[in-house]
Amino acid sequence: MTKTDSRLWAVSVSPHVKSGESVEKIMWTVVGCLVPPLILSIFLFGFQTLLITLISVGSCVATEAVSQKLLHRPVTIKDGSAVITGMLLAYIIPPGVPYWMPILGGVMSIYVAKHLLGGIGFNIFNPALIGRAFLVATFPVAMTSAWLAPIHDASIFKYMGSGVDAVSTATPLFVLKHYGIAGLIEKFGSLSSMYGSFFIGWRPGCIGETSALLLLLGGLYLIYKGYITWHIPVSMIVSVAFLTWVFGGEKLFTGQPLIAVLSGGIALGAFFMATDYVTSPTQKSAKLLFGTCIGVLTVLIRLKGGYPEGVCYAILLMNPLTPAFEQWFKPKRFAPQKGAVK
Amino acid sequence: MDIPFLTFPKGGVHPEESKALTAHLETEIMPVPAEVDILLNQHFGAPCTPLVKKKDVVREGDLIGEVEQGLGAKIHASVTGTVKNIGTAPHPISVTAPSVTIQTDPEAEPRTYEPTDWTRFSREELLARIKNAGIVGIGGAGFPTHVKLAPPPEAKVDTLILNGAECEPYLTTDHRAMLEHPDQIIEGAKIILIILGITECHVGIERNKSDAIAAMKKAVDDTPLGGFHIQVDTLKVKYPQGSEKQLIQSISGRKVPGFGLPFDVGVIVQNVGTARAIYDAVVLDKPLYEKVITISGKGIQRPANIQVRIGTRVRDIVSYLGGTTPDLAKVILGGPMMGFAISDLDVPVTKTTSGVLFLTDDEVDANAHGQCIHCGWCLDACPMGLSPNEVGVYVEAGRAGETAQFGVFECFECGCCAFVCPAKRPLVQFIRLAKRKAKK
Repeated sequence: MTKTDSRLWAVSVSPHVKSGESVEKIMWTVVGCLVPPLILSIFLFGFQTLLITLISVGSCVATEAVSQKLLHRPVTIKDGSAVITGMLLAYIIPPGVPYWMPILGGVMSIYVAKHLLGGIGFNIFNPALIGRAFLVATFPVAMTSAWLAPIHDASIFKYMGSGVDAVSTATPLFVLKHYGIAGLIEKFGSLSSMYGSFFIGWRPGCIGETSALLLLLGGLYLIYKGYITWHIPVSMIVSVAFLTWVFGGEKLFTGQPLIAVLSGGIALGAFFMATDYVTSPTQKSAKLLFGTCIGVLTVLIRLKGGYPEGVCYAILLMNPLTPAFEQWFKPKRFAPQKGAVK
Repeated sequence: MDIPFLTFPKGGVHPEESKALTAHLETEIMPVPAEVDILLNQHFGAPCTPLVKKKDVVREGDLIGEVEQGLGAKIHASVTGTVKNIGTAPHPISVTAPSVTIQTDPEAEPRTYEPTDWTRFSREELLARIKNAGIVGIGGAGFPTHVKLAPPPEAKVDTLILNGAECEPYLTTDHRAMLEHPDQIIEGAKIILIILGITECHVGIERNKSDAIAAMKKAVDDTPLGGFHIQVDTLKVKYPQGSEKQLIQSISGRKVPGFGLPFDVGVIVQNVGTARAIYDAVVLDKPLYEKVITISGKGIQRPANIQVRIGTRVRDIVSYLGGTTPDLAKVILGGPMMGFAISDLDVPVTKTTSGVLFLTDDEVDANAHGQCIHCGWCLDACPMGLSPNEVGVYVEAGRAGETAQFGVFECFECGCCAFVCPAKRPLVQFIRLAKRKAKK
């Protein structure tokens, strides 16, 4: 007999073994996939992109801790989800905004859009996008004009402390909307050179949205890990490309699908925002329709709406439809009733 | 060229197999313990009424309990000795249950059984032998075998499936039975085929047991089959491949409907271990009072496949195998996916015990659970196409009564959903609660 013999052993309902996955592991993996675009942004727009991201993450994590304390819920800041929200919020604001702006956005994202709705798993909208929408509505000038031109000489402190007006530029989508494809070529060079620089990310834009390449690599890693599936990103990107090709030009079928996909927040939105578990459907067919709808709305806003970019609002418009998608698309039951043989 | 291995299409998971601890170990026979607790309520069905009283002397194999009415199976003394008490013993599921405690006579000679030619028996005589031996489905819920083998006349059964999938991690008893006694299993299968009046039999084995597949195929080849067609099918390794509905779908392509039974689609499933018990009952006239079980996990000093008497206490098995390790965290009767955690080592082995696992801290998961993040992984994992995530949210919101819409009554609690859940939610527990509160 061993000395442990008379002990009472812990019991619980089966299963007693679990897979090695956890919410923390998923979230921190996403954080890791979001780091390369941040590093690029430092070389692209200067040191303040790192500062803005750190402020945004700090604001989100602090807001999460305070919210959970105030609402008498367990504090879960270690799970990494507030860090993701903070990074995503920073990635979708222009690099030249004042430093206090991400603080405000973070509070809005985490306190209002997440914890007042029930915390992780119960938010209706993507918290980071709510933060951005709030900032665009409240500070429209800064949020639509604080763009910086890419740095070409590795002077990452170039824009530190300089006024936004002195350096502001225009994003490809803004140029495209107001001056057409001719204006775009005039400003960013030939189409072929544009494809290359846009794909790598060397263009004006929000902090983390510019590099389709790095976002694609991060997204592919998440797909490889099984954390997201290809359905939403592919259907969203394909529908944006297709609809832009059909309706984006002067005449039908003369639009520039590649430019449309490589500019604005398509890659960031498709891989890291539209795929958010809480605010997107679970079934594969539902995901395809969901992603397509986001693509349709994005192109609609870009071509017909008041804003040059539509990803943020397209995703926000689709988010609250997730419960409806879950009702419409349910997993196929094994054989629910008697008589349902084969 | 790769042979396409049979499996079910929807859901399933791949837990770590952990079978290497015991798969290679030959079955050893544990010495008879000083005392056994034979539960009168061993499994599915009505509890038995004891036929013995305190101080009675019983012989190994004597009938000691019988059901008065309703579904059930007979219970036999597993040792020769004196009835010490008719009281209660710890039960793996219902905490305590009525039991017969027998004090073993250390001098008693083990009982021996001679094989007889069973082919002269009629169908009724075969069924009677199975009933008298107290055979139940020893792989799972313990459904009385004589009832299962007598389906209603309107059911047109054409196929027998022997379940050798053994998809639960750690467990290797079916594996060892197929390796060590494939001829007895095939003989048992033939008895079942005669009883059912059919000729078609499939043996489903997961491909991780290639030696067992070879042994069974050889046994089929070596036995004169008469008019029977017995085929060994290799199954893909995927949990819950051994679940009745999933196994039937994998092998025959047929789907057993919700609230239905296998014979609704013309199939009867028996565990390979049950087929061997049927062999014992019919050929040897030996009642079911011994059982091969797997003792495994990093928390036991010496993992083993051992043959024990029904009623042997887990505590006696532990001391026979050299005790537990200091980092033992959880003791489980059955497999890690569907087994029952026990708090007390005095729980006795029953006819349906397939193993006792001694798991350490690094083998079990004891993380606290969080809120559902709606990842949908449980929906992908569920082999029945149910929505465990929704059930969990409803139960937490106090609305367990409204969960029939998510198919809780089709759930057989395989645990795939809770296995994959990254928020570590106790989804099986939620579903069990929902089953109690929801209306059919």
